[in-house]
Amino acid sequence: MSEKLINLENIHKDYGGKTVLDNINLYVRDKEFVTLLGPSGCGKTTTLRIIGGFETPDAGVVYFDGKNMSDVPAHRRPVNTVFQRYALFTHMDVYDNVAFGLRISKVGESEIKERVERMLKLVNLPDYGPREVSSLSGGEQQRIAIARALVNHPRVLLLDEPLGALDLKLRKDMQRELKAIQQQVGITFVYVTHDQEEALTMSDTIVVMNKGKIQQIGTPVDIYNEPKNAFVADFIGESNILDGIMHKDRLVSFCGRRFDCLDGGFAPDEAVDVVVRPEDFEIVPPEQAQMVGTVKSVVFMGVHYEIMVETEHFTWMVHSIYETHVGDRVGLFLTPDDIHIMRKS
Amino acid sequence: MKNRKLASLPAIPYVFWMALFVVVPLVLIVVYAFTSESGGFTLENFSSIGSYTMVFVRSLVLSLIATAVCLIIGYPVAYVISKEGPTFQRVAMMLIMLPMWINFLLRTYAWMSILENTGLINTFLSDIGIIGLINRLFGLSIDHLPLINTSGAVILGMVYNYLPFMIIPIHSVIVKIDKATIEAAEDLGADSVTVFRKVIFPLSLPGVLSGITMVFVPSVSTFILSKLLGGGTSMLLGDLIELQFMGGAYNPHLGSAISLVMMIIVMACMAVMNRFGDGEEQAVIM
Repeated sequence: MSEKLINLENIHKDYGGKTVLDNINLYVRDKEFVTLLGPSGCGKTTTLRIIGGFETPDAGVVYFDGKNMSDVPAHRRPVNTVFQRYALFTHMDVYDNVAFGLRISKVGESEIKERVERMLKLVNLPDYGPREVSSLSGGEQQRIAIARALVNHPRVLLLDEPLGALDLKLRKDMQRELKAIQQQVGITFVYVTHDQEEALTMSDTIVVMNKGKIQQIGTPVDIYNEPKNAFVADFIGESNILDGIMHKDRLVSFCGRRFDCLDGGFAPDEAVDVVVRPEDFEIVPPEQAQMVGTVKSVVFMGVHYEIMVETEHFTWMVHSIYETHVGDRVGLFLTPDDIHIMRKS
Repeated sequence: MKNRKLASLPAIPYVFWMALFVVVPLVLIVVYAFTSESGGFTLENFSSIGSYTMVFVRSLVLSLIATAVCLIIGYPVAYVISKEGPTFQRVAMMLIMLPMWINFLLRTYAWMSILENTGLINTFLSDIGIIGLINRLFGLSIDHLPLINTSGAVILGMVYNYLPFMIIPIHSVIVKIDKATIEAAEDLGADSVTVFRKVIFPLSLPGVLSGITMVFVPSVSTFILSKLLGGGTSMLLGDLIELQFMGGAYNPHLGSAISLVMMIIVMACMAVMNRFGDGEEQAVIM
């Protein structure tokens, strides 16, 4: 897991004077599941296309296994791609689609047959070989696209929002299946998505991007629990973000009150962003609370209620499994490790 | 049910038009083809077609050659244009269609004056001494190249007039090919030649097929072209039919029979083409 299989160094890319990628430095280890996560237009797909060889960076180098890949065209790179809208060959049946790459690398027909059949079994579509692509559902087409890429035994599989066009239930199933496939075949996945939940459930490493810059690289747990800045905190999960003043290490004030926290290393009285996850609040009787407010709205979300609590200084989003009613006076309580302090960016 | 009936109301004018100007004439042609001048049923019209076999063969051969030339010229043009930016594509397609804004006869007369014995090309060639050179090289004494009044000139006329009908459908199919499909092929190891051979060309076949149809059908039934550019020496089906209806050989019964046979031949050609189009596309043309 320590080998740097893909290494991007100082990648820069402009489109018509607009910077799409600004000094991207990133490496992917062998057999790792890396997700590039960010809102649309953040540069995640461009990064993937640079790895695949479909875009050329204006500056910077892509290394693959230590070798400079800059001048290697897409069709000679040891990576395969699963495209967003599947991009299957509609003039061929399923078998010929999956066999396409093997035929080009002149693999013998008997071996092709064996490998295609094994791959169709892996994606749970055995006996689909003679079917026409147009007769398949979206989920089936996506599986064929995955099979068509994986059958070539690439060192790395690039996936560009592969589940974006599927409905919620199917997407959940495919997430699980993809993860299982990745573990089964043991190859590196570089996965692009804007769906933070997808990123959290599937990845070994998440790269959060915004406006062409990497915001944070870390494990899902790190990214969720220790977001580096307000953007990451806001993008991953739900967050309350507000202004605060860091008086000294482990003491912050916001909402007209001082709170103990766990962060340090700021200048005295530095202005900071304070981030609180909605699920970290405890709703307590007003007399035991740090802040008291009025319930403005309650929305049932399935497992929990999403409650907006208006206090004197700020309206908090609170997740609670206990029901409250609009107009209730409630108290809010935070322990020091519920409060995350971030430098203003 | 009521709504459905209402929704189909706007189609009535067209249905009426079709009935009046397509179905009725067709029925008339069939009736004429199977009747004699006296009005009785006869197959004589068809049996006398035999003496015009050469016209049929010439029409089919010239049209096939013209269609093939259109394809050979038109496909690369359509392909290259489709690779360019949207503005270039619009301008290029407009330029390709531009000649069609000018009357067919006028365009053909223009070609006559270019190809004539004392026309543009021959005058130019003799002025720069090419004709003299040919005479000396081959021991001839000609004062012009035989350009007009040849089958070649007729084919040229067909290609010139119908080439846009080949380029437009091919172009419109190629630009619609999803770029991701091409990238997918590259991603799977295909170089640009293989991408073209295995992906772009097969996916563009529907355009090729409709291009072939749109060139072949008017070519096979064209008239005037052979009269003006072929000098009337090589009569084509269109001229033969015209002769039966408008010309000295006035015989609408024979004309109808010829039209009917031509229609059947064209339909048979198209049916065969479409059969290929559905299945083994690559095998046929490549």
